[in-house]
Parts: sequence; structure tokens; C-alpha cells
Amino acid sequence: MRANGSESRRETAAPAIELRNISKSFGAVRANRDISLAVAPGTIHGIVGENGAGKSTLMSILYGFYRADAGEIFINGEPTRIPDSNAAIKAGIGMVHQHFKLVHNFSVLENVVLGAEDGLILRSTLTRARKLLTELADEYELNVDPDAIVESLSVGHQQRVEILKALFRHADILILDEPTGVLTPAEADHLFRILRSLRDEGKTIILITHKLREIMAATDTVSVMRRGEMTATLKTSETSPEQLAELMVGRKVLLQVDKKPAVPGPAVLDVENLTIEGERGETALKNISFTVHAGEILGIAGVAGNGQSELLRALGGIEQAQGTVRINGTEIPLEGANSGADARRRNGIAHVPEDRQTLGLVMEFKAWENIAFGYHHDPSYGRTRWLLDIEAARRLTGVALKKYDVRPADPDLTAQSFSGGNQQKIVLAREIDRNPDLLIVGQPTRGVDIGAIEFIHRQVLELRDSGKAILLVSVELDEILSLSDRIAVMFDGEIIGTRNANETDEKELGLLMAGIAEVKTT
Amino acid sequence: MDFATVIQLLDSTLRLSTPLLLACLAGLYSERAGIFDIGLEGKMLASAFFSAAVAAATGSALIGLAAGTAASLALAALHGLASITFRGNQLISGVAINFLASGLTALIGQNWFKLGGRTPALSGDARFLPIDFYFSDTLSTIPVLGPIYSELLSGHTLMVYVAIAAVPATWWVLFRTRFGLQLRAVGENPEAVDTAGLSVTALRYQASLICGLLCGLAGAYLATGMAAGFIRDMTAGKGYIALAALIFAKWRPGYALLACLLFGLLEAVAIRFQNIDVAGVGTVPVQFMQALPYILTVVILAGFIGKAIPPRAGGEPYSKERA
Amino acid sequence: MTVLPRWVDIALIPAINLVLAFFVSGLIVIWIGENPLIAMQVMLNGSIGSAYGWGYTLYYATNFIFTGLAVAVAFHARLFNIGGEGQAAIGGIGAALVCLHFGWPHWTLAFPAAIVGAAIFGAAWAAVPAYLQASRGSHIVITTIMFNFIASALLVYLLVNVMKAPGQMAPESRSFPAETHLPTAHEMFAWIGVSFPRSPPVNVSLLVAIAASATVWVLIWRTRLGYAIRAMGWSEPAAIYAGIRPFRIIMVTMMISGGLAGLMAINTVMGEAERLLIDSVQGAGFVGIAVALMGRSHPVGVVLAAVLFGMLYQGGVELEFEMPAVSREMIVVIQALVILFTGALENMVRAPLERIAAMFR
Repeated sequence: MRANGSESRRETAAPAIELRNISKSFGAVRANRDISLAVAPGTIHGIVGENGAGKSTLMSILYGFYRADAGEIFINGEPTRIPDSNAAIKAGIGMVHQHFKLVHNFSVLENVVLGAEDGLILRSTLTRARKLLTELADEYELNVDPDAIVESLSVGHQQRVEILKALFRHADILILDEPTGVLTPAEADHLFRILRSLRDEGKTIILITHKLREIMAATDTVSVMRRGEMTATLKTSETSPEQLAELMVGRKVLLQVDKKPAVPGPAVLDVENLTIEGERGETALKNISFTVHAGEILGIAGVAGNGQSELLRALGGIEQAQGTVRINGTEIPLEGANSGADARRRNGIAHVPEDRQTLGLVMEFKAWENIAFGYHHDPSYGRTRWLLDIEAARRLTGVALKKYDVRPADPDLTAQSFSGGNQQKIVLAREIDRNPDLLIVGQPTRGVDIGAIEFIHRQVLELRDSGKAILLVSVELDEILSLSDRIAVMFDGEIIGTRNANETDEKELGLLMAGIAEVKTT
Repeated sequence: MDFATVIQLLDSTLRLSTPLLLACLAGLYSERAGIFDIGLEGKMLASAFFSAAVAAATGSALIGLAAGTAASLALAALHGLASITFRGNQLISGVAINFLASGLTALIGQNWFKLGGRTPALSGDARFLPIDFYFSDTLSTIPVLGPIYSELLSGHTLMVYVAIAAVPATWWVLFRTRFGLQLRAVGENPEAVDTAGLSVTALRYQASLICGLLCGLAGAYLATGMAAGFIRDMTAGKGYIALAALIFAKWRPGYALLACLLFGLLEAVAIRFQNIDVAGVGTVPVQFMQALPYILTVVILAGFIGKAIPPRAGGEPYSKERA
Repeated sequence: MTVLPRWVDIALIPAINLVLAFFVSGLIVIWIGENPLIAMQVMLNGSIGSAYGWGYTLYYATNFIFTGLAVAVAFHARLFNIGGEGQAAIGGIGAALVCLHFGWPHWTLAFPAAIVGAAIFGAAWAAVPAYLQASRGSHIVITTIMFNFIASALLVYLLVNVMKAPGQMAPESRSFPAETHLPTAHEMFAWIGVSFPRSPPVNVSLLVAIAASATVWVLIWRTRLGYAIRAMGWSEPAAIYAGIRPFRIIMVTMMISGGLAGLMAINTVMGEAERLLIDSVQGAGFVGIAVALMGRSHPVGVVLAAVLFGMLYQGGVELEFEMPAVSREMIVVIQALVILFTGALENMVRAPLERIAAMFR
């Protein structure tokens, strides 16, 4: 990254923002590693990367919400300490967070002036803000009713309030964190028009996103982050979505998985028109239809946040949905009675959730309690309906821990004292060992070390070879490619295309994932 | 019921509502800032004792008021320490403060005065005395308006008028000043306050201390205005009724006044009439009247008559650390 | 996340909190002008220095075991049941109805019936706030507080208008028939030929309290239901993932909790007063909060903490007698400080210990 730093120093004006060697860890997780970045004034700079790549952490450091463990920040060439948000505001930085920091039951005006009032009494500040809002509305198409209550506004308008907040504080540098995640395409286009006119007025804008189309459409320069590191900085006009997709997804040690050809049997899971309405009325899943056969792995690829989580939650009985789902030909209820996770387990569906720490495990529970989790009514844990046979549970757990190579194989350790990989193996042991008809599994190797990854992949394949159906959701393209027999790509709540694994490649899938390919289905 | 009885009933409603109103507004500041406070009772009780004790010793109701308020502020600071600084459970802290006040006032009271936990009866300047409005004697002879002026409105102690004045003042502070804007914001979304460069901690401590101040006034009124001295556990659940009124009022100052007047009226009716015969229904027992504030609050909480939505961040310690 | 060694969590932290509570109490005693060490000695002597003292200590402890278990069970599902006071009062009505309205031939028959009656009444009183929490999201702390006051009004109404003994002024029921008299420690020790003072009211209910503790232990750590309760307490999203229904857990847990609080009535109403009084609970419902916090929500801890608070209550009576300057409200202060240090200010002690623990790894 040194080369990048010297390159920017060659420019005539000092960079609006320069980060040098920023590092930040949360416990054992290294969210940012030695990151350097320079952004020229009056430009739109994109930062692109998968969820969890460290983009938001980096920007939170720039906005004073977290403190970096190491590194320096320069604003307009001046070394600047940003210990809190106040300092960031003083330095002319404004931030539009991914999750808006608005007071839901305040008016637009009240939200705009909060923390930037002129004096003890609000009246004069409100008058000034009202005037400024009218001006900005004309200048940048930032129209919002100043007296509307924020929660009654559309998401797009709420975002404008966040931008107005920053402009009211005289921000020259504007950071937008995943600004289009909740916007409709039309709202997103409007936002980019606003950003361009702000840039033309001399503001510097940092746009954080994982959507390549937006990077190409809106930015002048772009940096790619992956696993806490800044892997490249490029001029947008000199790159392509394909190149960015590759840089984003990265190339880790390509794991060779010995895989016999699949012998697909009859359909186990049959999904028709599965739909979920999101919290704000937007559709999180739109009429998804697909089939998974016995002895087959269907991989769901896609950039995170395109409906994969909702799909898993709906099938796992955590979220209610509409549509038709059949298991071995029998329709199962998606709403109301018998649509819970307990019913799904009785239907023969095992679920390895995306987030093992909040869903898959109770971190304070011991290994044996977690191995029984969800199956605690199983007769193997006691002959009576009421009592839990702890000795049996521990014995069974001891066997399972050894079989799935969990270290240490101690049934009495709490989940939080295992490493990430071993925690995941506990979840896997529990779900696979029940011999389900269908395994749905999300991000099976997220935050897991290489050795465990291999082991987990082998287990999933063995389950397939024993004639079970598997639905695999992963944002790691390598993983999808090496495990799946067929691959469906999700984009914006829909399946944008389905390919046979041996007839496609990373490039084609990357295009589908970016939502920019022609939709053709096999 | 004749007119004179109505006037008397409303007069005592006003007196009985005053401590509720002060405590209710106290809770309003705290909960609007996101700090649950079930320790209103304890703070009132501490203030009642120390105001009466110091008034008895100095012969001055005002010095008593200062002492009572100081005691209430100390407990408010303790609640702040537990719930803001140490991010403890605000409900448990409130419970602890109620017991602390109940135990300490009885213990110290017995130790100082040896009157079974009472303070000596207060008289003269050691009490807040009724304030008579101008011409209240002369005007009392005018039909209808006369008694309303001279009996209902005139002749209360200072704190009654302070409490009523505190309602528009609170409204103004909350909705027309910088402090009020920030206070309401910190109770709804502390992250919005934090990202705006403000201190969540400082705002919440300020709210806690205002809560302590108002509870101090409420307690002092109980012991040195309404009564002539402290008796053990004299708040007798008033802090909880104030809490109920706060929920009933949906955390708004104007409604708080109405809720406290309603609950005060119920208490006044219960004291005056005991069991009430209602045509066609039968006898309404006095206990029902006493329980009515709590029953109404449960009904409101259950959302059967308009939902009471508390400040969104209420009860949650604020931490920006990643979990 | 720093994980503290188990012994620090279950022994050292409660011990430090207790020491802090006693230390501050000691300062208060000094401020009053007495010697805290002598005060402590008087309390110890008064509570456990004689069979008589033990008799009272264990009587109080019986109450606190029931109410402490009630709070502890709810804590496991991360529910704060502050309504033990009301649930115990209503449980008293249940016990009294059972004792008064059936012609029991012998206490061995009346006792199980009274246990069931008290538990059902307590459970029913907890069921309403539980339902409102589970289905309408009404904050259970506030509703249980409200239900305490409603319970006390209801009890007064019943005692004044319905259950009052004929020809009597005081608002209390008529005395229970002699056949429902529960054997006291004096009588039970007499069966095996050991003499025990006659006046302490400790009775056979203590054994029920011990049995209830054991049952709660089995429930929480040995049953599938208890497992679901604990899962729900640690993480509601994970519980839903595992197919555990929050509605069911909230209802069941709160009814068990209310039932346990209601059971207190067999000790006070049936065992001691032998009639329904207007204030038989006397704050024991609230002491349960301190006991559960102190006892780390574990039945063994609850029993130990309940005995400790029994000692405080009995010792406080003796202390007031021996040292009039320190009235028995001292125990309310100690109780408040225990709740404060173990419940609200826990991080004050825990955070430094976690930092120390982090240095050693």
C-alpha cells in the first residue's frame, strides 16, 4: 500500500482523507489490518468488499466511533486525532450509517439540528435549519418535508435526512455506509445524482458498498477490502466488474475436494413461490422456486444480503413465509401451527444456521447441552417425557465430539470456550448426526480455520453421498464451486440464474452475483 | 352531593395529586432519557424524612426542603452510578433504592428522635403554610366562582402551585429547548445522540438528577406541607402510583397532570366516602377505588385502550462496544 | 469475552458483595454511635446462638426459600418477577380457603391440599402478568408491581367484607380448625424424644421448602422443560431456532414462580398464624429478590441466602432489644445493600476481576 500512498502525494492538492497503517481488533478478531488509503478532494471514492471485510469498522474509526489500535489519520494534509464523533464532526466529516442514526419519533428538523443547536432555546436553530433545508432541496434535489415525523418517511427520504444532518454541520467529507441496501433502484439512482452534485460542489464522498454496479455507476476511484485488508485501489474507469468481483471474493488456498459425481435421486425439497415480506414492507424473498434432490448439493451463491438469510430462516422454521414447500412430496405449513423450528426437525430438516453464535449455539451452554439443542425432546436423552438423562447426553456428546473431531472433546466445556472452527463442528455434529433427509446449511466455514474447513466440507459431501439432500448457502464462491452439484445465484431476493456446477465458472457466477448478467436458466 | 362537598373533594384532590404529580414528572425526565426508575418511592421517602427531620431541628421548612432534596439527589446519583456508569440492571437498582430509603429513614428516625420512626410534629415556620390568594375572604361570598377561587384555588401550600407550574415548564423544557431535544433523543436512540457528538452519559446523569430534585420536592411536600412531620413509610406506594400515572400519561407532561388529578381524585373519593353506592351496580368497595389506578395502568400497558409505548431505549444500558 | 473461573463467579463475587454490604452497614452502625462488631455478635447470638434463635431463623428462612426460589426460577428465563409479594398474599387466600372450607380429619390430609391451594392461587396471580408479557409485550416488572397493589387491595376487601370472622373487629378470618394445625419443630422433635423450645413457629413447612428447592434443582437442571427455560433465558433467538416457543416458556415459568411464592402461605398463614391476616407476607416477597441475587439463582445458593436472611431478621429483633439505638430496620438496610451490590452494582466488582483474570491468561 506504500505505492498507493506515494502516488497520492504526487497529486497537487493534499488528499482530503489519508489513512496510514490503521489496525483495529475486537478481541481475537482482526477487523482492520494495516490499512492505508488516500482520497483526493472533490471525488467519489468507493470501498467495496464482502460483509465482514472490515469496511464499516474502518469508517467507524474515521468517524470516531471506534478508536484504532494503531495508525494515523490526516484530514486535508493535517494530522488529526479523532477520539470521538465530535472530533470527526469538527474535522468536517459527516457519516450516513448503514442503519440510520435517526430518532424515529422526531421531526426531520429536530433530527437535523440534534447536537448542532445554536443556543439553549431551539427556535432560532429550527428557523435556520428550515431555511437551509429549503436551499439544499433546490440545490441538490434533497427534498424532504421538514415537519414530517421520521418514521413516517420512506427509507429513501430518511437517508436524505441523514445527508442533511451532515450538511447542516458543514461536512466537507461525506461517508455513506451501504447506502443503497434498503433503497429501490429508482431511489438509488436519485441518491447517486445527489452525490454527484455534491461532488461537483467540491465535497469528498466515500461510498461503501458491496454492489459492483454502484461502484461502476457512481465512483471515480475504488478500493477493495477483503478479510480486514485493503487489497487494491484502482481508478474506476480502468477496472471492470469482473475484476472487482474477483478481488472481492479473493482467491484463498483452493481446496481440492475429492468429489464423486452426484447420483441424484427423487426430489426431497420442493419450493414453489416462496415469498417473505420484509420488516419495512419491502420484499425480502420474491417468488423463489427450486428443487433439491436426494444425493445432491444445491449451492446458493450470491453477495450477502440478497435474500439468502431469509431463505434459510423460512426453511428452518424461524420466520413465517408464504408459498409452497414440500418435503418428500408432503406439503409443510409455513405459517401458524406446526411451522416452528421443532416441527421442521420432525419433518426431517436439519439446519446449520449462518450465525452459530446467536442462533446455532447457546454460548453459555455446555457442549452436551448444545449437542442436544433443538433435539432435547429426543428419546435418546431420556426414557421419560420430562426428565433429561444427562449421563446419556454426555456420553452421546463425547462420542459425537470425537467423531466430528471437536477439540477438546469435553462435553462439559461451554460453547464459548471452543474456537470458531470447533464451535461450528459442534453444530454440524448435532445436525448431521441426526441423519436428516434434508440439511440446510448457511456459511458453513465462516470464521473457521483451514483445517476445520476441509473437515467440514468432507462431512457435507459424505452426507450427500449417503443419499441426503443438501441446500448450501455461502458467500464464498470457492466453497460453492467445490461442493455444489448445481448452483443457483440469488440477487435482490430472487434466483437470477441456475447453473450446473461443471458447466460454469467463477467469472460467470461473479457476473450473476453482481446482478449484471443476462438472465438465462438451465 | 352538594356544591360545597364537590369543592371540598376537588380541594383535597388537588392536595393529594401534588406529590403524585411531582414524582410523576420526576419519572418523566428519567424515563424520557432512557433510565427506568422504579425508585421514585424511595427518593420521595428519603426526602420526606430528611426534610421533616431538618425542619424539626432548624425550625425552617426551607432548610428542610434543601436537606430532603439533597437526600433524594444522593439516591438519584446512586441510581445513575448503577445504571449509567456500571451498566447495571436499572430495575434492580430501583428496588434496592426503595429498600435503602425505607430502612434508613426508619433506622435513623428512631435513632434521632426515639418516636417509633416519626419525627416530632412540625408547626409554624417548620411547615410550608397555605398561601391565601388576594381577596380570597372577600370573594368567597360570590356564588359558585367565589368558593372555587377562595377554597379550591387559594389556600394551598407553595408546592401545590410549584407542581402545577412544573407541568407547562416541563413541556417547554422538553419540546422547546436544546436540553429537552437531546434528552428525548437519548431516551429513544442513544446512538443518534452519540453520533451527533453528544455525551450519552452526561445527558442521562442530568436527567437522573432532575428526577432526584423533583422527587425531593414531592417528599418534602408530603412531610412538611401536606402532613406535619414524617411517619414511617409515609409514601405508602405513592411512588408506584406516580409510576402508574406516568405510564397512563404515556410519558407526556399534560397527560401526566390529568392522570395525577384522576388518581388523586380516586384517593380523595376513597378517603371521603369509603364504599360508594352506584345505582344499578351496587356497592363499589373502597378497596376497588384504591386499586383502580393500578388496574387502569395494567389495562393501558396491555394495550387494550391505546398502547402506551415507552421511550424506545428505556432500561437498556448504553454501550457502543461491539458485543 | 473474558470467562471468569467458576469459583470466582459462584463464590468470590457473592462473598465480596456481601462483605461490601456488611462493611457499609457497619459504617452506618458506627455513624449511629454503636460498635458494629458487638452488633454483629448480638445478631449472631440471637439468631443461631440457641435452639430458640434457630427456631425463628429457620421460620423466616422458610419464607425466604419459597420467595427466593420464585424469583430464581423466573431469572433463569430472564424474567424479573417482582410480584412475589402479591403472589404470596393471594397464595394465602388459597391456603385459607382450603383450611376453612373442608372438614379435614387430620393435618396430613389438609396439608397437601393447602399446598396445592396456595400454589394454584399464587400461580394464577402470576399468570395474568405472564400472559400480558407473552402475548402483548407488557413489561412484566411493571405489571407484577401493579399486581402487588391489586392483590393487597383484594385481600383487604375479602378480609373486611367476605372472610372476616363473625363478631370480630379486626380484619382477619376465623381461626382454622385444630385439625389443620401443622406440627411445629417443638412437636416434631418431641416425637423423637428431643426437646425443642415451644414458641418458635418453625414448622413442617420447612421440609416442604427444602423439598421445593430440590424440585427446583431437578426442574432447572434435570428436566427438558428446565433446559428450555435456561435456553430461553440465555438467548431468545437461539431458543426459537431450537423450536422452543417463548410464549409457552414465559407462561409456564411465571406460573411456577408464582406458585412457589404462593407456597409461602403454608408457613405463615397455615403454620404460624392459623388464620388469614391482612399482612402475613411482610415484605418476604421482596426479600426473595435479594435471596435469589445472593444465591446466584441456584437452589443451594437460595437456601443458604435464605438462612442468612433468616438470621438477619431474627438477629435484628434481638439487636433491637439489646441495642435500642439500632432498630430492626437495620436489616432492611442490609437487604437493600445486598440487592444493590449483588444486583445493580455487580459490574463494579466483576469488571476489575475480569481484568485481573485477563492478565493471567
